[in-house]
Amino acid sequence: MRPAQLALLLALLAGFTLIQIGPLFSLFSKAFLDADGSFAGLQNYADYFGSPSLSVSVRNTVDISFVTTLCSVLLGFAYAYALTRTNMRGKAFFRYTALIPIFLPTVVHALGLVYMFGKQGILTGLGVETELYGRFGIILSEIIYTFPQAFLMFVVALEVADGRLYEAADSMGVSAAGKFFGITLPDIRYTVVNVFFVCFTLAFTDFGAPKVLGGGYNVLATDIYKQIAGQFNMNMGAVVGTLLLLPAVLSFIAGRAVSSRNASTVNAKATRLVIRECAWRDAVFFVFCALVSACFLFLIAVLFMGALTEYYPYNMALTLRHFSFNASTGGIGSYFNSLWMSLLTAVFGTAFAFVYAYMMEKTDGFAALRRYGKLLAALPLALPGMVVGVSFIFFFNARSNPLHFIYGTVVILVLSNILHYFAVPFITATGSLKKLDREFESVSDSMRVSRLRLFLRVSAPLSLTAVLEIFMYYFVNSMVTVSAVVFLYGAKFKVASIAITHMEEAGDISQAAAMSLLILFINVAVRGAYALAAKCTERKIL
Amino acid sequence: MSYLEVRNITKRFDRQTVLANVSADIEKGELVCVLGPSGCGKTTLLRIVAGLETADGGSVYINGRDCTSLSPGKRNFGIVFQSYALFPNMTVAGNILFGLRHKGKLGREEMRARVDEVLRMVDLSEHRNKYPRQLSGGQQQRAALARAIAPAPSYLLLDEPLSALDAKVRVRLRGEIRAIQRALGITTIMVTHDQEEALTMADKIIVMNNATVEQAGTPREVYDRPATPFVANFIGAMNFYPANEVVCAIRPERIEISNAPGSCNVAADIKGFEFKGAMTRIYGILPGQTEICVDISSDRADEIGLCERARLYLRIPEEHLIKYPPPAARVM
Amino acid sequence: MESEMRTKHRKRILTICIAILLAVSAGIALSACSGGGAQEDSAAAAGGEADAANTASETSDASDAPAEKATSGEITVYTALEDEQVTEYLAVFNAEYPDITVNIVRESTGVITARLLAEKDNAQADAVWGTAASSMMILDDQGMLEAYAPEGVDRILPEFKSDKPVPTWVGIDAWETAFIVNTVELDKLGLAVSDIGSYEDLLRPELKDHIVMSNPNSSGTGFLTVAGVLQLKGKDTEAGWDYLSKLHENVNQYVHSGSKPAKMAAAGECVVGVSFGYAGISQKANGAPVEVVFPVEGSGWDMEANALMKKDSIEPAAKTFLDWAISDAAMDLYKVNYPIIATGGDGNYEGYEIDPVSQLIENDFNWVANNRDDILSKWIEKYDSKSAAE
Repeated sequence: MRPAQLALLLALLAGFTLIQIGPLFSLFSKAFLDADGSFAGLQNYADYFGSPSLSVSVRNTVDISFVTTLCSVLLGFAYAYALTRTNMRGKAFFRYTALIPIFLPTVVHALGLVYMFGKQGILTGLGVETELYGRFGIILSEIIYTFPQAFLMFVVALEVADGRLYEAADSMGVSAAGKFFGITLPDIRYTVVNVFFVCFTLAFTDFGAPKVLGGGYNVLATDIYKQIAGQFNMNMGAVVGTLLLLPAVLSFIAGRAVSSRNASTVNAKATRLVIRECAWRDAVFFVFCALVSACFLFLIAVLFMGALTEYYPYNMALTLRHFSFNASTGGIGSYFNSLWMSLLTAVFGTAFAFVYAYMMEKTDGFAALRRYGKLLAALPLALPGMVVGVSFIFFFNARSNPLHFIYGTVVILVLSNILHYFAVPFITATGSLKKLDREFESVSDSMRVSRLRLFLRVSAPLSLTAVLEIFMYYFVNSMVTVSAVVFLYGAKFKVASIAITHMEEAGDISQAAAMSLLILFINVAVRGAYALAAKCTERKIL
Repeated sequence: MSYLEVRNITKRFDRQTVLANVSADIEKGELVCVLGPSGCGKTTLLRIVAGLETADGGSVYINGRDCTSLSPGKRNFGIVFQSYALFPNMTVAGNILFGLRHKGKLGREEMRARVDEVLRMVDLSEHRNKYPRQLSGGQQQRAALARAIAPAPSYLLLDEPLSALDAKVRVRLRGEIRAIQRALGITTIMVTHDQEEALTMADKIIVMNNATVEQAGTPREVYDRPATPFVANFIGAMNFYPANEVVCAIRPERIEISNAPGSCNVAADIKGFEFKGAMTRIYGILPGQTEICVDISSDRADEIGLCERARLYLRIPEEHLIKYPPPAARVM
Repeated sequence: MESEMRTKHRKRILTICIAILLAVSAGIALSACSGGGAQEDSAAAAGGEADAANTASETSDASDAPAEKATSGEITVYTALEDEQVTEYLAVFNAEYPDITVNIVRESTGVITARLLAEKDNAQADAVWGTAASSMMILDDQGMLEAYAPEGVDRILPEFKSDKPVPTWVGIDAWETAFIVNTVELDKLGLAVSDIGSYEDLLRPELKDHIVMSNPNSSGTGFLTVAGVLQLKGKDTEAGWDYLSKLHENVNQYVHSGSKPAKMAAAGECVVGVSFGYAGISQKANGAPVEVVFPVEGSGWDMEANALMKKDSIEPAAKTFLDWAISDAAMDLYKVNYPIIATGGDGNYEGYEIDPVSQLIENDFNWVANNRDDILSKWIEKYDSKSAAE
């Protein structure tokens, strides 16, 4: 590796260490301190493990994470399969509806579920008896939250297929099930493992759903909340925070084990898979996708009803008055702040994540450094927003930190978003870079073309789809994020997602719905622009 | 002193030795083929010469200068890969220009002229504005070659450049590459596992097996006097049989054949034969159950009225007999 | 030989690089978290200066010279008051002090307190406004509050301000336990609002699984309710816990916000929400079919208070704001939303049929503060695994 590359690699690692390990260290070191700040060893852990509620929280967390993951993996797979391996109608439409949940603040998911399954809910009115508050509600909400992630990853994996394998199987008279279990599943096993861990970790650390719908159902994430924002016991909060890192570390280890055996890729000779006609299969999948989409569209319907009627459900007169927001929540200004913050996050986050992935994937030598870099990239998935938020305060607000001037500005919000949502962009970028010919680097070296030029002229343009994907992911998530930002936004810079939480807390559902609708609009617009841009670049490159 | 010298190169990946004390000499303007079965370390050797891989031990001298730790960019070579590694987002001309731009010395017009020149050389002038995906495999291969030679490198490295092509195209391109290489007089190292390719194209062949060099020499030397049974067997066909404490080896086409005993004094039973166009190969069994194969022209096969299970008489000319010490017999 | 040296050389570069990387990041991390010593010094120094400033402000109080009051500046105020109240109150403040810009950070009591505590080393807020007194006591314990006697502090009832000679925090209003009852849903259970009047009424078997209450571990309202019940039933007896255990049988869930039980009752998601008065009254005003019931035995309560943050340089405008925040003009505003204000009341309360002051139990704040940890841990042990028990 050349000095310039090494310098860049070190700079990236140092930067990422600074915004991740620095804050985490300043929070998690408190796990070993007592209330007075003196060293307590493992006493806090002993206390926490000694309390009877712990085993309950751990069991509950594992339980809901596991069930959620199972459902999301199955649903996400079936949905992606329908879009990639059947001839059903309406694929373009279904592709969009699957993403609705990530366009909306999580509060809206909960609202939708209450309107559906709550004591006064539509389905409850039809006689569906459920206990929304507790395990059932959390799992439903987590499924809505993790489904789009699972779906997106499966679509990418299922879109590429080697038609020759299926033709060979056909010629041998292999049954449909045989082909499915013999070709399709083995082909995407790496993705299945990845999706499993992503969904599991997201559900494991999510706090939004348990807070709104959890009732008395304790999970580790509510334990953190109770410690930090209820009893103001940062030490115990840090203890729980370290426990939440476990699945990410495990998945990192498992991921290494899997990827070392993941040599099979679709090679250049692969032929396109021709999907065979099968009316009943298309019909079954169509019904399935329609049902899932209907659930998500219902969320939007709830928003429209809430935002555009005087007082739902008692006064259904149409009005636009809910769009004039209270000044204390930042008013409409918070919406533009959100746009600005999301744009900055998307621009800088995309650049950082892509360059970071490039350095991990396309350089060689210094294996230890790169292994460390990959671990850094895997951790953020496991960081609950609250941990990011509080640790950023401890770290960046310290007087001795030369960077403390960014505290309370948009910069710290952008940094926290880049960190908080880093894992998925990193996976996307890595996946895309893996597909590029490894010899590009060798060729450009032989031609004395600098790696920088190769990156700008070849690697980045060829990964444009992934770059756009990452941009969109960062933008959309920054628009709806609450958990980390709630600790970090400054008095002069309020954001829309926080405003929605406040409106909802104040019982002003209509304003919350109106603001959510505005967020939905911009997110759909960004997604649309992405689809358009991706189509153009694909036409140009492929 | 040779133009390109590889001295005692050693390379290990994890615990596996890929190159064990490998040395080679390449003269200026030569086309040298590194030939060997897959996994013998030939591509790694090429990458070490390119500077794309670092050797664990040994040195590489280019033009008398120690280049062992020189970065690839400073070695001034061109390279063509099996996958071609053409940049899919650039046209053929764009791919070539991409490397030229960084020569820095050339002006706009000179660059254009150079692109025209190399495109003419590889006969792709009318495809200059096409993207790689719009070209056939052979055209992509030539585009990659054009890109490699455009910056006028002092040596050229070809990593299995023809193995992804179908037979007809491959044969034609062999000739084209060889012609361009001769015209430019550029020192070239080509890695291949195809012995026919090596025999037809190379000035010198380096045969590798199990991380070591088995033999280096002209195609004729390597074919006529294979240094080891491995080389003998890997290049062309070879009969082995034990005799008087040594192992004898003879090429099938060297054996003379007749219907009746006479000058041909070894009796053999025909087990079967293959018609191969101009030639016919006969599989026979010598007394003592040693198998042997013989190549004769198909005309001659007609003359003797070849048929299965018949008896033939062979003559094994002493001057073409190669003898190996017996432990090597076990290798076959 | 040569290559061996090369390998060694590479290894050395690698080691150095990693060492530098770790050293840099560790250095920054450590400097960020362990600047404690230096900070305490500067905090102490700041405290000293602030004491001097206090004396000055007391003298200025004594000489009663409002002319010295800052009328311009920019301050950051953290608050747990409701959004709409903040908007309304600030409009009035700015009408009087148009040149003072007040930047507000509003969050629920838990989050705002956690933020204040996390920012301890480098306070961002100039003043805290309308935040639970229990939080104020924690901040005060951590030495984060600056003693300051706002103008007119004498009018504040003694139990509504900190017991320091120069108060570190000053209360403005109080909020209290109330049952928010959804009349439509109650009717379905065959009960009438008149059947729900006391704590004991919540134990009716018809209400099993129809009550939602806030979790004292994550909500101030939950805590004041539990603390209120324990005091009512006898501070040092088990009677309070016996009652809570029976109540637990009827509770459907404990939620993490004080106002949420009221909202859930309003939406029909539960029949009775154990919440606080204002939360229910505002739902009722919105048109929800709820009645706000104050238990006849009395309500647990807590107050919301204001304080000046201890900082290196204290914005004079923050003092102006705190002065205004307990002025008659402000109290008139608070009175609209809260039954009890810190200057005492005039007995006229919107939305309340009874005199809410008489509703409040005698709250022993010292006992509550001293027993807080015990109460919470005992509560967790007994009830905080509701769903697991099912």
